[in-house]
Amino acid sequence: MSETNKIVEVKNLVKNYGSFCAIENVSFDVHQNDVFGFLGPNGAGKSTTIRTILSLISSTSGEVNLFGLPLNENRNFILSKIGCIVEKPDFYKYLSAQKNLELFARISGKSITKSRINELIDFVGLSGREKDKVSGFSHGMKQRLGIAQTLLHDPELIILDEPTTGLDPQGIIDVRNLILQLKNEKNKTIIISSHILSEIELIANRMIIINKGKTIVQGDVADLLNHQEIIVQFKLDNVPKAIQILKQHSDYAKCEIKQEDTNLLIHTSLESISAINNLFCENKIGVSGIETKRKLEDYFLKLVNN
Amino acid sequence: MLFKSTYNELLKIAYKPRSYIGLGGIVLIIAIILFAMKVDGMLYISLITGQFEQSLLFEGNILNGNLIAFIIIQMLIIHVPLLIAFVTGDLVSGESAMGTIRLLLTKPISRFTILLSKFFASCIYTFIVTLCLAFMSVVLGKLIFGTGDLMVLKSDGLVVFQENDINWRFFYAFMIAFLSLVTVATLALTLSCFSENSIGPIVSTMGIILLFTIIGSMDVPIFDSIRPYLFTTHMAAWRYFFDDPLNYTQIIYSIIILLSHIAVLLLIAFLKFSKKDILS
Repeated sequence: MSETNKIVEVKNLVKNYGSFCAIENVSFDVHQNDVFGFLGPNGAGKSTTIRTILSLISSTSGEVNLFGLPLNENRNFILSKIGCIVEKPDFYKYLSAQKNLELFARISGKSITKSRINELIDFVGLSGREKDKVSGFSHGMKQRLGIAQTLLHDPELIILDEPTTGLDPQGIIDVRNLILQLKNEKNKTIIISSHILSEIELIANRMIIINKGKTIVQGDVADLLNHQEIIVQFKLDNVPKAIQILKQHSDYAKCEIKQEDTNLLIHTSLESISAINNLFCENKIGVSGIETKRKLEDYFLKLVNN
Repeated sequence: MLFKSTYNELLKIAYKPRSYIGLGGIVLIIAIILFAMKVDGMLYISLITGQFEQSLLFEGNILNGNLIAFIIIQMLIIHVPLLIAFVTGDLVSGESAMGTIRLLLTKPISRFTILLSKFFASCIYTFIVTLCLAFMSVVLGKLIFGTGDLMVLKSDGLVVFQENDINWRFFYAFMIAFLSLVTVATLALTLSCFSENSIGPIVSTMGIILLFTIIGSMDVPIFDSIRPYLFTTHMAAWRYFFDDPLNYTQIIYSIIILLSHIAVLLLIAFLKFSKKDILS
């Protein structure tokens, strides 16, 4: 990836609050048209990093460059190219949805027409409610309004901090589809942090995992996950016999095995599934279900707990 | 961008219900005073003029709109700061409490411009409140009680201003009262930069006004050196326009002290707001 394609470049970012180190030498790059997942448990430093990129908090040391320019010297220019939701989508609750959007449009640095605002209200499914005060909105509606606000000035970089928090299942799917639409159809670059790690797995192409302010791992999502073993859950009619067979088999003797009622969980590779299934069939063990449980959650928890 | 941001801030003030509490409060209090004066005004006036009745003869409409306006300003100049702080103390801290500060500060507009626009908006709100006070006391007072000479009781005697010598005095009195209220508004705005909730700056502003007023009114030599520099000492500067002759030195000194307070408070607010980490 060439240097010019770097939309975000964070180098050795440090943020201290007194003696407490919230971020310790975090470095990462986000390239053009990336959907970049930002993962970490509560208090890991995700929000602090995102707030630093948005100049909401100052860094103790380190470098933040966006669009090839240092953030500190080009704050206003850089922010004019970013749309964001930081944590909760909070709005002026005594104003209507439309008035809120008009208010933020006015200071977005671009000329935004009323028809653009109406188009976005329609896009996020708030048509008919635009004149209602935000105080009467549900969390999901505020989240939708937040997305409309984010897209107001057609930003190049979109930063979504926990965008699916509080949404119902349909809302989560809608946000996921929206992000993919923005990436694929509008060529946007997106940074997304989420606690719903499967969301990141479904939409991000690159990611970073941080914990206690430090980078645990970063890279392409596909690469990171492919190199990991998976958990295969076999639903069997004779689990003790299956364990005995596996322990006697040279290929699987060292695999981590766990029994959960009539299920057998085996830590192995994707390629081994059919061989293990054949092994069970040859030994007259009934297999009524196979499920792979390799998810980002497992990978994430493994890294964080280590 | 400053103009657009100031417009936004005015819009927020206009749509915020608490903004009308101040204006409503002024209207209600003045209406009560006007009603009370209409019913029992002469009795109230006789308490003041009683001490002079042995040596002076009062003729004409003593209880007129000019006197009512003078009484109203004197009464309310203590309470209006609370109504001003109620709105301006919320301008930054209210955004922190609501969470909108995060959104506001991720827009391509400098923190300096945001705070300056909040200051301008608070000045405009203060001006509207002052205008409301002026209209309700002077215009409505004259409409209800008619006009006439203004009798002002001073510590060293009674001063009577002729009817045609009063309006300009009220104009400048309200101008300097506006400056005093802007000082209070700036104090509340500055304290608002240090807080994450709305109540803190409002209570702190009133606490400071109360403390400074007590220090200013205590006849203790230790406070003599600081008293002339307290802004609360100069919040009654509007009364200088009802001196005869006018003490220009005192008026200019009061204006300088009030403007200096505004400048220093704004500087503190800018320094705090520009470095503030947004953690809410």
